[in-house]
Amino acid sequence: MSNADEKKRTLEKTSSGIPGFEGITHGGIPHGRPTLVCGNAGCGKTLFGMQFLVAGATEQEEPGVFVAFEETESDLKTNVASLGWDLDTLCEQNKFAVETINISSEEMIEAGRYDLEGLFVRLDAAIREIGARRIVLDTVETLFGAFMDAHIVRAEFRRLLRWFKDRDITTVVTAERGSGGLTRFGIEEYVSDCVIELSQTVSGQTTRRHLRILKYRGSEHGTNAYPFLIGQRGIHLFPVTELGLDFPVSEKRISSGIHRLDEMLGGKGFYRGSSLLLSGTTGTGKSSISASFAAAACARGEQVLYISYEEARTQIIRNMKSIGIDLEKWYENGRLGFHTERVTTHGLEEHFFLVKEIIDINKPEVVVIDPVSNLLQMGSPEEVKNLLTRLIDLLKSQGITTLVTELITGGHPLESTSTEISSLMDAWLLLRDIESGGERNRLLHVLKSRGMAHSHQVREFILTDHGIELKDVYAGPAGLVTGTARYTQEAQEEEQRRRRIEEIERRKNELERKRKLKEARLKEIETQFQGEEEELLRAIREAEQEEEKFSKTGQQRKKMRGGS
Amino acid sequence: MSEGNNMDKAGHNNNNQGEKVDKSRPRFQLRLFVTGRTPRSQQAIQNIRQICEEYLSGEYELEVIDVYQNPAQAREHQILAVPTLLKELPPPLRKVVGDLSEKEKVLEGLNIQPKERAGTQERNS
Repeated sequence: MSNADEKKRTLEKTSSGIPGFEGITHGGIPHGRPTLVCGNAGCGKTLFGMQFLVAGATEQEEPGVFVAFEETESDLKTNVASLGWDLDTLCEQNKFAVETINISSEEMIEAGRYDLEGLFVRLDAAIREIGARRIVLDTVETLFGAFMDAHIVRAEFRRLLRWFKDRDITTVVTAERGSGGLTRFGIEEYVSDCVIELSQTVSGQTTRRHLRILKYRGSEHGTNAYPFLIGQRGIHLFPVTELGLDFPVSEKRISSGIHRLDEMLGGKGFYRGSSLLLSGTTGTGKSSISASFAAAACARGEQVLYISYEEARTQIIRNMKSIGIDLEKWYENGRLGFHTERVTTHGLEEHFFLVKEIIDINKPEVVVIDPVSNLLQMGSPEEVKNLLTRLIDLLKSQGITTLVTELITGGHPLESTSTEISSLMDAWLLLRDIESGGERNRLLHVLKSRGMAHSHQVREFILTDHGIELKDVYAGPAGLVTGTARYTQEAQEEEQRRRRIEEIERRKNELERKRKLKEARLKEIETQFQGEEEELLRAIREAEQEEEKFSKTGQQRKKMRGGS
Repeated sequence: MSEGNNMDKAGHNNNNQGEKVDKSRPRFQLRLFVTGRTPRSQQAIQNIRQICEEYLSGEYELEVIDVYQNPAQAREHQILAVPTLLKELPPPLRKVVGDLSEKEKVLEGLNIQPKERAGTQERNS
């Protein structure tokens, strides 16, 4: 018994058909009760109602009647055809019906007491015809404006809502925002269960839309102004929720598309699924490195999404072709998707939505956003940082490797970035140009790269017609040496090296020559010695012979003299 | 009241045809949308019959339609308020809503000229 009572007390909710709405209302709008959707003209009230009915017809087995006080049936159908909703088919299947209420007060005169039983009879017939469980009244001002006797209309409107409630029909009433109260005719007094406000603000050329739940009797609900977007699939709500940081990380490394950059990153490139920031002043080659990175991913067979807030697709393809990066073939075989638009087309939140929507559809493995700093046109650095944090967390949680570029102005200190997102990123490359000797040359630093040994050296990078090349730079007394000066430096070094080698050769030759000289001399001495030796030996022999002869003669003479 | 009871289509055109060599149909084509036999509807029927007899005698055709019985007609003629008197002819199309107790307004809606009204009043008195 108490269980049944409990069940009765908990509010039954039903799907609004609006992605994200169920999340902030813990299940949707109140079932079998009226909900008021108010807002200014053009803020999406009609669409809200239509989406609610289409969801009922297609997902909930709940047929619905759209009571149109303002637009004709054919207008309504045409307006939503672009959203892919085929109302004609739903009508044929008896899941959807339009009841057009055409009120032209100029041909009407009031002469005595009346009620709106005619409206009831018509709605009753329409509801019975398809067994409707949902109904939308869009917009009720017209009804209130049509009759002189406000008391009668108010009483009848109250009766109408009760009538729907008694039949357990979930009702959405749309109403124009009033200047004094919430709605022009104080309709919120009659719809006490759930009141939703849609609003839009235009700043510059950008429209931002927000949804707020002003009241939800008997239910918890979020109280923020939730940004929403009217996209390809109708109204999308994106509640601001924080993603956890407990997503899996990859050990795999992927190439940056530039061999020597990979070498700087511990020889293997970036981690898959990491977030990379490429900061640089204008014209330092951010887009080129991005394109190189994208092309390398495509070449590995990965799906890439290239979001550009600055250039058109065709322009990017042409420009990259000139430096030997062929994006066109990847675009044509479908591996490379482009999403290019001016940031001013949407508010910040809409950009987030759009990116999310595209990612949901395209399922890329690599995303390039070039450049995120353009988003600063649409909000404060804090808002942009907040948005990018969520975006990067979203991408990381899906294991998508993300490269974002950021334009920094010349005067900026290196350690801070204009969007202040460097702390979020796993790797941060800085590009800058230095001017010396009448030319500007590009330099690349790896300022940070989490989880790997990386080079702390600066490289000069050069855009050639066959891609990007990184070169060593020379640190001299006058600072870094790049460009032509680097070429000069290189030539000088080469000359010095050549001289050193020549010197060694020369010395070696000299040594050889001396050795040969020595040997020649030795030979000469030997030869001379041999000659002298022979001569001396001969002389010695002759002298010995002489001596022998002499001594023999002496003995003979002695014998002859004395004989004693 | 007694006149109104026995007819849905008030057939005063017989007299009309005799008097005027007009078209086959009377000058005023009126439809009154009511909700069954509710007092307000009965009041409206009575009021319009009185006015018609008084001002348009022999020049009108009145059809009384019960929206409960005929919701399609209510839809076709874009009826919201009940009772509603619809003047289809002569143009322009006019709707007079209410129990038709405010005679001046009804006459305004039927586009009956004050001069004509004065004339009929004289004739009646």
